[in-house]
Amino acid sequence: MTATTANLGTGGRQATAAPFAIELKGISKAFGAVQANKDINIAMPRGTIHGIIGENGAGKSTLMSILYGFYKADAGQILINGTVTPIPDSQSAIRAGIGMVFQHFKLVQNFTVLENVVLGAEDGPLLNRSLTTARKLLTELAREYELDVDPDALIEDLSVGHQQRVEILKALYRQADILILDEPTGVLTPDEADHLFRILKGLKDQGKTVILITHKLHEIMDATDNVSVMRRGTMVGTVKTSETSPEALAELMVGRKVLLEVEKRPAKPGALILSVENLSVKDEHRVERLKGVSFEIRAGEILGIAGVAGNGQSELLAALGGIAKATGKMVMNGIELPLRGAGANGQARRAAGIAHVPEDRQHLGLIMDFSAWENVAFGYHNAPEYQKNGLFMDNDALRADARAKIERFDVRPADCWLPAKSFSGGNQQKIVVAREIEQDPELLLIGQPTRGVDIGAIEFIHKQIIALRDQGRAILLVSVELDEIMSLSDRIAVMFDGKIMGFRDPAKTNERELGLMMAGMAATESQKGAA
Amino acid sequence: MDHLPRWADVVLVPLISLLLAAIIAALVLLSIGQSPVEAINVMVEGALGSAYGWGFTLYYTTSFIFTGLAVTVAFHAGLFNIGGEGQAQLGGLGVALACLFIPWPHWSLALIGATFAAAAFGAAWAAIPAYLQAKRGSHIVITTIMFNYIAAAFLVFMLVDVLRPESQMDPATANFPAVTQIPTLNQIPGFSLIFQKDVPANVTLFIALVMAVVVWALLWRTRLGYQIRAFGKSESAARYAGINPTKIIMIAMLISGGLAGLMSINNVMGEAGRLLGNSASGAGFIGIAVALMGRNHPIGVVLAALLFGFLFQGGAELGLWTKIPIEMRTVVQGLVILFTGALDIMVRMLLTWIFGLFRSHKLGAA
Amino acid sequence: MDYATLLQILDSTLRLATPLLLACLAGLYSERSGIFDIGLEGKMLMAAMASGAVAFLTGSVWLGLLAGIGASLVLAGIHGIASITFRGNQLIAGVALNFLSSGITVLIAQRLFAQGGRTPPLTGGARFNPITLPFVEEARGIPIIGPLYAEVISGHSILVYAALALVPISWWVLYRTRFGLRLRAVGENPAAVDTAGVSVVGLRFVAVAITGILCGLAGAYMATALQAGFGREMTAGRGYIALAALIFAKWRPVAALWACLLFGFFQALALRPDVVQSVLQVKVPVPVLDALPYVLTVIVLAGFIGKAIPPRAGGQPYVKER
Repeated sequence: MTATTANLGTGGRQATAAPFAIELKGISKAFGAVQANKDINIAMPRGTIHGIIGENGAGKSTLMSILYGFYKADAGQILINGTVTPIPDSQSAIRAGIGMVFQHFKLVQNFTVLENVVLGAEDGPLLNRSLTTARKLLTELAREYELDVDPDALIEDLSVGHQQRVEILKALYRQADILILDEPTGVLTPDEADHLFRILKGLKDQGKTVILITHKLHEIMDATDNVSVMRRGTMVGTVKTSETSPEALAELMVGRKVLLEVEKRPAKPGALILSVENLSVKDEHRVERLKGVSFEIRAGEILGIAGVAGNGQSELLAALGGIAKATGKMVMNGIELPLRGAGANGQARRAAGIAHVPEDRQHLGLIMDFSAWENVAFGYHNAPEYQKNGLFMDNDALRADARAKIERFDVRPADCWLPAKSFSGGNQQKIVVAREIEQDPELLLIGQPTRGVDIGAIEFIHKQIIALRDQGRAILLVSVELDEIMSLSDRIAVMFDGKIMGFRDPAKTNERELGLMMAGMAATESQKGAA
Repeated sequence: MDHLPRWADVVLVPLISLLLAAIIAALVLLSIGQSPVEAINVMVEGALGSAYGWGFTLYYTTSFIFTGLAVTVAFHAGLFNIGGEGQAQLGGLGVALACLFIPWPHWSLALIGATFAAAAFGAAWAAIPAYLQAKRGSHIVITTIMFNYIAAAFLVFMLVDVLRPESQMDPATANFPAVTQIPTLNQIPGFSLIFQKDVPANVTLFIALVMAVVVWALLWRTRLGYQIRAFGKSESAARYAGINPTKIIMIAMLISGGLAGLMSINNVMGEAGRLLGNSASGAGFIGIAVALMGRNHPIGVVLAALLFGFLFQGGAELGLWTKIPIEMRTVVQGLVILFTGALDIMVRMLLTWIFGLFRSHKLGAA
Repeated sequence: MDYATLLQILDSTLRLATPLLLACLAGLYSERSGIFDIGLEGKMLMAAMASGAVAFLTGSVWLGLLAGIGASLVLAGIHGIASITFRGNQLIAGVALNFLSSGITVLIAQRLFAQGGRTPPLTGGARFNPITLPFVEEARGIPIIGPLYAEVISGHSILVYAALALVPISWWVLYRTRFGLRLRAVGENPAAVDTAGVSVVGLRFVAVAITGILCGLAGAYMATALQAGFGREMTAGRGYIALAALIFAKWRPVAALWACLLFGFFQALALRPDVVQSVLQVKVPVPVLDALPYVLTVIVLAGFIGKAIPPRAGGQPYVKER
């Protein structure tokens, strides 16, 4: 394995002395004390798909933001086609032929596709001409790259996959030669993802350079010519994809062998705690996001929900946690809980013995401006032990409780007066987990327990979840990290497109099978298998 | 970015804002050919130089405490209640109806009755915008503005066509019965030693101070206050915690409107003794400045209300003794709102920069 | 009610709707760009004072108009700095500017003229005088349409016609030009504009400046055309009615015209309670007519007549995200 770039292949095209499409030399960027990018060097030959892989917080997004002019690098140079090209703003990036497809699309929802495409790249002060040219070009692009979208459709009426195509069209309309895609498949169905990769291959064949940022190894292996691995702000290696393996990349990415096997004894499932029948949720646009899901959880077991983000897991948690209205049936300890109306709220759920660590701690789990001690009561502010004199909250009791939890969960800094926003992601998560687990709930709903959490805290949180199970509690674990699901769960349910594709025993399945189910492909097969 | 120490954020930011507002106000005075020094002398002398002046300053302060608290409570729920003016006018109507149509045996009972009426009418006027915000998502800033104008029109109608005695020309109610006259400070034993002349400040001042304590306890010591503040900081998190948004919006706005309505005991019952047109005379709007200046904390609100009481009384003195029009106080009010409410980030950046200079200086010395 | 009375009322409707329309279109540009502006009132008032004062001092209404626009632009600039540059609270900035101008207009007018915060009456070239449109006399003979043309359409100041012309112009700018596309986009999703390489800050400042210019026209119309001089608080809440009209019109230029005409009609009726009484056969108190625009706006806001959805990014300062 070598970190030099001179011997990289050019994806089948002959390019002996041709300059690289894009070359980064010594790029560094710090935010305060955090060094997000350290002396990054990469060179990408023209007409290739170049993968950049790394964990959350490895510095991929910062690097791309520098390339697109959102941030100014503290040091280093960017070379486009061999010439040094400063990129102080997005305008310069576009002029240099760089197009960017963000993870969260930058589209105007109530504009048409056409209007979104020409926005910022108009032909002149009047619109009509721009729209006519764009319409013509869009038809050509659609033919050439399978990028067909109705030019007159409103963005808000399009599927996520089509919206992404609009983003690609925007870049191509601006004559981008270099296309950056940031985690493009996170929100796509497998079909849409395949289609996307076909588009990218087409672009490559036309001599465009594609930079694919992802944390999914199989995408790197399938789609790229070369791959660069980032770890904690540094570029740890760039290799030809054909000359490496997923295992080697994973090792580079993490830096050491990860201990994914969590120590746990076999589950001893007890009484039925939760049973869910035909649970469905519609979003604010009346689109059904959760489509008739049924399952059961027993005391002392962890049911893991695997799936690509956006396949109904969030809606499932919201419905069970009393945040979203739902239809169907939810029975907890033999008592049916209302799924809509007055009795369906977070307070009623907590009263029924359900604790909930939400997927999004910053917007749901914590009040970021509240101090740690105020957050420790959040959701349980009505608990009798926090009241005094019938009228007031017992703030002293709250603080004592918070200090105890902070100590037990090793929250740092151990200062209950600090606002939640001053803690790191991992410590914020510990505050939430401490609050919910220490309620000793009968059922714990826990979503993405280790998202944006450092390695040390991950192990700690995993242990807490296992310990709660061993006390005979029921746990519903939702995670997009398949490793996490496989190592923690006693049973695994795979969700795809709002439905459960099937249940698996973690001991008797593998990542391949689960991956296929998450892609919605194994459904019929597994049903056949069951029949 | 460096963070400011907490004490600087709490104390220095409002003081610097105030200083900036004062500098601009001085420039305005200079530009119209008046002397800022003379102006401040007249204001201090007139508003604070005598017990008589204090009697007026505290009278205005009382009203501003109520309206400032009203804005504060709504603010903590994440709602900008700009309708204090209309709610205060409706509160005045409540006071008038209570005083005119119920035969009270003693002023103390009348005060209790009028207090409830003022709060109820003010709260009722806030209830509709609150409901529309909670249930239909209508922007509460716009609806409360609209309700200010609807209140003004409604009161004109009530005063001209309904409550005005036939023999009377000006749009106002009849004088309230003498028994409803609540004691002014110069009529209270003890205080009468200080306030020897007849002053408008009255017992309502004590109700205002009590309300400041009540609001503080409500927001930081009760479950309801906890839920109001949580909702105001993050609506999505509040939903997660099972806090009912409709309930919080309604309760916070009812309290806010009730507090705004309460100011009418001070001016309608305590001072005028009848309901006149435009009775709130802008105090509802001044509540915005008071809440912003007081950093939405009851202690800050009381201090800021005192400052604005001084400004109001001092401004009136300016109108009497100098060529500076009384509108000068509106200018200062606008400046204070601008610097504390809209340019607060600028002030904070300025302070952070100064602190940074100071720190690097210290580092250099060490 | 006879036809002549109706024409009189329609005539004053147009007269009274004009400042509403100018201010409403002013607000449209700012709010479409994502900057809420409840400071229309203050800008109008400031412009009214400046134009009245300068028109009196120079004897030229055109210089007055320029001064009015200039004064309004200064306030718009402060609003922009507070809410765009320093990402302050747009609503509070608007409230602050309203108070500032309410006070400062009187201070300046009092300093200049010492007439209790008013300007002396404007006459002759210091005012915008009515323009008689061509063929008025010839048309008068045509039944119905003739008198309508002569009494209602003709005989207004140039600013009335300018305001009416601004409606199709604004529509065209908004929906048919590059600037309009970007303006609408920046109010809906500034990140889309930013990543397309267009300056969010620049666009918003331009929008706020247009708001300033149009409020300047509205204020100048108040002091130099509708009335003959500036008086304290002379805008009397028109900035807020314009805001109401903007919501009523759901932030669209042509609908804004109809909304302003409707609200102007109410104001015209409030001046003629006798006519209202004779038509409806009941005595309608003037305050009811005064309150109608606000009540209607609340009903629209509540979503009982369609849903008024403001520009999605409105009221929120734009902060670049990673």
